[in-house]
Amino acid sequence: MRNETKREPLIHITRRGMLPWYRAWAIRGGAIALALLVCALITTLVTHQDPLAVFASIFEASFSTQRRTWILFQNIAMLLSVSLAVIPAFRMRFWNLGAEGQMLVGGLATAACMICLRDIFPNWLVIVCMVITSIAAGAVWGVIPALFKAKWDTNETLFTLMMNYVAIQLVSFFIIVWEVPKGAGKIGIINQSTEIGWLPTIGGQKYLLNIIIVAVLTVIMYIYLRYAKHGYEISVVGESERTARYVGIQVDKVIIRTMLFSGALCGLTGLLLVGGTDHTLTTTITGGRGFTAVMVAWLAKFNPIWMIGTSFLLVFLERGAGQISTSFGLNQSFSDILTGIILFFIIGCEFFINYRIAFRHPGKNGGKAHV
Amino acid sequence: MSNAIAVEMRHITKRFGPVVANNDVSLKIRRGEILALLGENGSGKTTLMNMLSGIYFPDSGEILVNGEPVVIASPRDAFDLGIGMIHQHFKLVDVLTAAENIVLGLEGKLDLKAASEKIAGICGTYGFDVDPSQKIYDMSVSQKQMVEIVKVLYRGADILILDEPTAVLTPQETDRLFAVLRNMREDGKAIVIITHKMHEVEALSDRVAVLRQGSYIGDMLTKDTDAQEMTNMMVGRSVSLNIERPEPKDPTPRLEVKDLTVRSAEGVLRLDDVSFTVNGGEILGIAGIAGSGQKELLEAISGLQPIERGDIIFHNPKKDKPVTFFHKSMRRVRELAKQGAFHDRQGKPVSFDGMSLGAIRKWVESGDVLFREDEIMDLKGKTPLEIRSLGVHLSFVPEDRLGMGLVGNMDMTDNMMLRSYRKGPEGFLDRRHPRALAEQIIEELEVVTPGTSTPVRRLSGGNVQKVLVGREIAYAPKVLMAAYPVRGLDINSSYTIYRLLNKQKEQGVAVIYVGEDLDVLLELADRILVLCGGRVSGIVPGRGADKREIGMMMTHIGGQKDAE
Repeated sequence: MRNETKREPLIHITRRGMLPWYRAWAIRGGAIALALLVCALITTLVTHQDPLAVFASIFEASFSTQRRTWILFQNIAMLLSVSLAVIPAFRMRFWNLGAEGQMLVGGLATAACMICLRDIFPNWLVIVCMVITSIAAGAVWGVIPALFKAKWDTNETLFTLMMNYVAIQLVSFFIIVWEVPKGAGKIGIINQSTEIGWLPTIGGQKYLLNIIIVAVLTVIMYIYLRYAKHGYEISVVGESERTARYVGIQVDKVIIRTMLFSGALCGLTGLLLVGGTDHTLTTTITGGRGFTAVMVAWLAKFNPIWMIGTSFLLVFLERGAGQISTSFGLNQSFSDILTGIILFFIIGCEFFINYRIAFRHPGKNGGKAHV
Repeated sequence: MSNAIAVEMRHITKRFGPVVANNDVSLKIRRGEILALLGENGSGKTTLMNMLSGIYFPDSGEILVNGEPVVIASPRDAFDLGIGMIHQHFKLVDVLTAAENIVLGLEGKLDLKAASEKIAGICGTYGFDVDPSQKIYDMSVSQKQMVEIVKVLYRGADILILDEPTAVLTPQETDRLFAVLRNMREDGKAIVIITHKMHEVEALSDRVAVLRQGSYIGDMLTKDTDAQEMTNMMVGRSVSLNIERPEPKDPTPRLEVKDLTVRSAEGVLRLDDVSFTVNGGEILGIAGIAGSGQKELLEAISGLQPIERGDIIFHNPKKDKPVTFFHKSMRRVRELAKQGAFHDRQGKPVSFDGMSLGAIRKWVESGDVLFREDEIMDLKGKTPLEIRSLGVHLSFVPEDRLGMGLVGNMDMTDNMMLRSYRKGPEGFLDRRHPRALAEQIIEELEVVTPGTSTPVRRLSGGNVQKVLVGREIAYAPKVLMAAYPVRGLDINSSYTIYRLLNKQKEQGVAVIYVGEDLDVLLELADRILVLCGGRVSGIVPGRGADKREIGMMMTHIGGQKDAE
């Protein structure tokens, strides 16, 4: 009877086979519902506010006025744009954490054209220069780590991350060079009176051009990754470099080409931010989107179409969080807590999609105990 | 024999997702007996044994050790019950000695001297050839395996499970292992070996137990049965165990390897002056201990491995081809003509002596200057892509199927495309033809899969291999290289692969087959090249070859100075 005290472990975890899509989505839906429930509970317990009112104000943040809805879509478009830029690299298992820097140098190139060329070229030519230089700057910033990776197998995660700080310092430097007025430490709105280098607006809507461009980019990226030979090569290199070599794909070439593309798109996003909407340059103009994009991409499993949904979710939550902190007088940290809870549930539910948890069978155990 | 029952498994069921790995299996393991656990791949042998060694936990059923019900929730529980498992992949620390590895992880005071004495005692009792103070990196595969077994015995195990122990051993090493196992049996230990190889079951075991598709089929004394009956039980129907070997038809040299020398990235000599010729219409088997340069040889031929020295010459069966300026400059054409590489339609050698450049150009462009393509196809230093663009149809079924030959996360269509995606419209993929090919392979090779859009990693080992071999054959190869194409495959799938290779051979393809099971090589290959430490130990005809002799050649160049 030496094993009397030993029992079957309470739970054990087994891998699931493939779940049908509707069950996977049911689990995800359940996770969101559960997350909202926990959020409501915590809100009531900690702040004694009515959770429904809190949820309502989250919606208000995005949909109560037309302007807010436009801003929501602008933010989605910008986040989606960066996310689109990083997924070719991510699909290749090249962890580009340098989207921030690539965007910043794109923005820097844009601002440089707006400031330095405004007296030399006509408006249209300034814009052409902006487009070319911002894309080129982003591409260069992206390809440097790729070259090192391809030639000397350096770690791309650290390299791209460090390139961000170089870009930030570079931007800080030029802000002082171009500061208006002298000593202000910032640039302010560039060409406010002449609007030289401001991207055109469509139908009087400030954000519409950005949204249309990103929508088109999404479709192009989907086609590029799914139906183009380049996209296929990217997937093969990402899945297994040995397989890629075996079928004669030049891995170095693919890495460099893809990072040129990825960086170029980041540069383009910088252009849209500086030339399209903000018309100024700051070190924080990217708003951390280069990092949020990592989450958007992972949540959507690197699928450009699904990324529309995940970037909506993240922007929506972020704006809602900001709103409740002002309208209920709650600290900004509280809204971060709510965002954290929701993301925790969304990411955590993937575990339950991939694994099954089996509990000890009480009946069988009873049978064992008396032996 | 009325031996005491050491372990009894009752009504064990284990599921992985929708897959039932073991279904209501009941099994008895007796002391003083060697039990061979037989079954095709995916029949649940390893899963069943992993539940004994505490790696998995059964969903239902119970396990009794020495008649008492027990719960084995971790490998430590298994050790406490005296159950030890020797896995296919050794878990030893290379830079430590045998003794250090053996005591590693044990509680109590570290006393290497006492440990060494105890190890020497165990070795003496059972006839192990283990030096406690030898470092693991200095040991052969077989010695490492011995250390693994001693490690388990040292911890007091009296129920031993060996998972495919002979897969990496030469015939001589296998004999030594069997002798040790027999000694352990005499000492009253309970031994289970998991294996695929029938003749080993017959030579070693006292009893066989057969699993099929997760279910227990039955057990019987080995002396009461034979290979045919056991195979039929495993497969569930009657199968023929003969491998066909048609006579090669009209063999002509197809691929010539000359003085091939290859170093690894670390500068270690992997292939040393390897020379041989493969003929179209024959199967050249390559035998050797694992890591004797087989991988490097195949990768060097296919352009994946840089070559230090030597040539790889491909003889294209195409006869005459007109010379063009497409690949060659005028200067090169004249140089080659001087070397006598060209001939005219009547077969007379072409000479450009005394002709003007314009006249040469005119003559060449008329298409009457011919060359034998095989005379100038050196694959040395070419990338896989360059080899392909030369029109050399070289197919390669690599050892690492999902890490090199296929992409596990992609579906069958996309895997078919690996070879052909460069064709089709500019810039975009053509999935129509690959999908048709995938469907054709599913039908012709009887691949079991839900459809062409299922990721290939979800298929069983045999089906994965059919997909890979099917794709490589669809490429209409002139040379087909296959590294361990039946490793881990069940009998049915293995025979399908043998049939496919034979069919290629009959169509005039030069087949290179790297194998580990000598019995199969002896039955399948027309000639067998034996590698030993990166050198050619000898080439023997497959018909009438002696297994012992090949075994000796695997360990010593030429095989003549084997001490035993």
